[in-house]
Amino acid sequence: MAEHTIKAFDEEIDRLRGLIAEMGGRAEAAIENAMLALQRQDKKLAAEVVADDKRIDAIEAEVEKLVIQVIALRAPMANDLRDVIAALKIVSVVERIGDYAKNIAKRVPLIATNKRTLEPIALLPSMGQVAGEMVHDALNAFAARDADLALAVIERDTVVDDFYNSVFRTLVTFMVENPKTISECAHLLFVAKNIERIGDHATNVAEMVYYAATGQTLPERERGADIQPED
Amino acid sequence: MTEEQTNLTIDNPKMSARDVKVFYGEKQAIKGVSIDVGMDHVTAFIGPSGCGKSTFLRTLNRMNDTVASARVEGEITLDGENIYAPSMDVVQLRARVGMVFQKPNPFPKSIYENIAYGPRIHGLAAGKADMDVIVEKSLRRAGLWDEVKDRLHDSGTALSGGQQQRLCIGRAIAVEPEVILMDEPCSALDPIATAKIEELIHELRGRYAIVIVTHNMQQAARVSQRTAFFHLGDLVEYGVTSDIFTNPRQERTKDYITGRYG
Repeated sequence: MAEHTIKAFDEEIDRLRGLIAEMGGRAEAAIENAMLALQRQDKKLAAEVVADDKRIDAIEAEVEKLVIQVIALRAPMANDLRDVIAALKIVSVVERIGDYAKNIAKRVPLIATNKRTLEPIALLPSMGQVAGEMVHDALNAFAARDADLALAVIERDTVVDDFYNSVFRTLVTFMVENPKTISECAHLLFVAKNIERIGDHATNVAEMVYYAATGQTLPERERGADIQPED
Repeated sequence: MTEEQTNLTIDNPKMSARDVKVFYGEKQAIKGVSIDVGMDHVTAFIGPSGCGKSTFLRTLNRMNDTVASARVEGEITLDGENIYAPSMDVVQLRARVGMVFQKPNPFPKSIYENIAYGPRIHGLAAGKADMDVIVEKSLRRAGLWDEVKDRLHDSGTALSGGQQQRLCIGRAIAVEPEVILMDEPCSALDPIATAKIEELIHELRGRYAIVIVTHNMQQAARVSQRTAFFHLGDLVEYGVTSDIFTNPRQERTKDYITGRYG
């Protein structure tokens, strides 16, 4: 894309995009590390995820400040306007994604205190991986202004939703058979729900990327995994 | 990049231009522009210097007739009537299609006379009382009455720049035009005087078809509901103002409004 006649405008947009790329990278790492900590029952790694979330929050505040400045001083138009508005919305969503990863990490010590093996834990890493990839791709799509990649992210949300339904059923069955694990399994249910929400939020990011890239909004769609009452 | 997405026609156009070309001697300034202008919307013409937006505006009330080397081709209609037809009375046309210029240009006469001049030569007032009514109504519509009602016989040139411009708008309104053309009406005014003119444009919308040429894109965004982007004598894109400024279809429009032009 051609440069702005006013160079400082380009520098601000570049800085904005750089901050969002960093934020996305950190959110992705937070998801990955939270899942790793859960799997290995690694309390130290879990504590790091919790601590690192502060930087994600700080970037959100920095982007908000920069967006307000750009709108006030540059009066962005057309794709520039869509970019900065999308940036503003994306950071608030990515901040939430960071919170979900942090929430997962916070549950690690509560699950790790019990040495018994919880079989259903094995289901969660691959679910976390899909959600993490969605976050990764949604932010790559923003960086590249790639509407097709954004659409691909949105389509993948059903994978995470299906995962969630499957984990939910597995955990319920497991709890019925092993009532002593109910406390840990309840935490795992929340972990699964958090991952499912991360997928929804990655979808939100992708929708904003699609708007920023094309100027068109996508039609409203069903959101979140509905639990089937009985199978 | 196709230009056919640009929607050129509207329902019930007040003025329509079809394949209008303007030449200054050998040089072609307008390369076949077609556009409709309606009563319901303020239409803004934007584009870089030399793009032809002012030249095109001036074809709409035949102001280019005053330029010896200028030649206009194509068809322009007002209520379906060709304004370049030999039968068209140009003086009458310019009363129906009024114009406000970049620099306020009141006559060196009283405020009252500035307004009364047009209605008098067009025979719109039956007597003094009638003329008083026209003057007050025009100044009220121009948003100037309260500021000048006690000094109607002071010179129009003694007013501030913003007041002078509103006086010129009042002068255009006084002859009961159907269309008002404004050629960068605020470029010589400070932001407060500009805001008053913009508010005035907003109030006049619907009563007159208003076309405004502006260099200030924010102004186009603020006052208009339809925006036309001109570049190098072409009408590149014409559409709903909020679409043009959030999601322009043409690359050239996008580059211009985002400040990436040349």
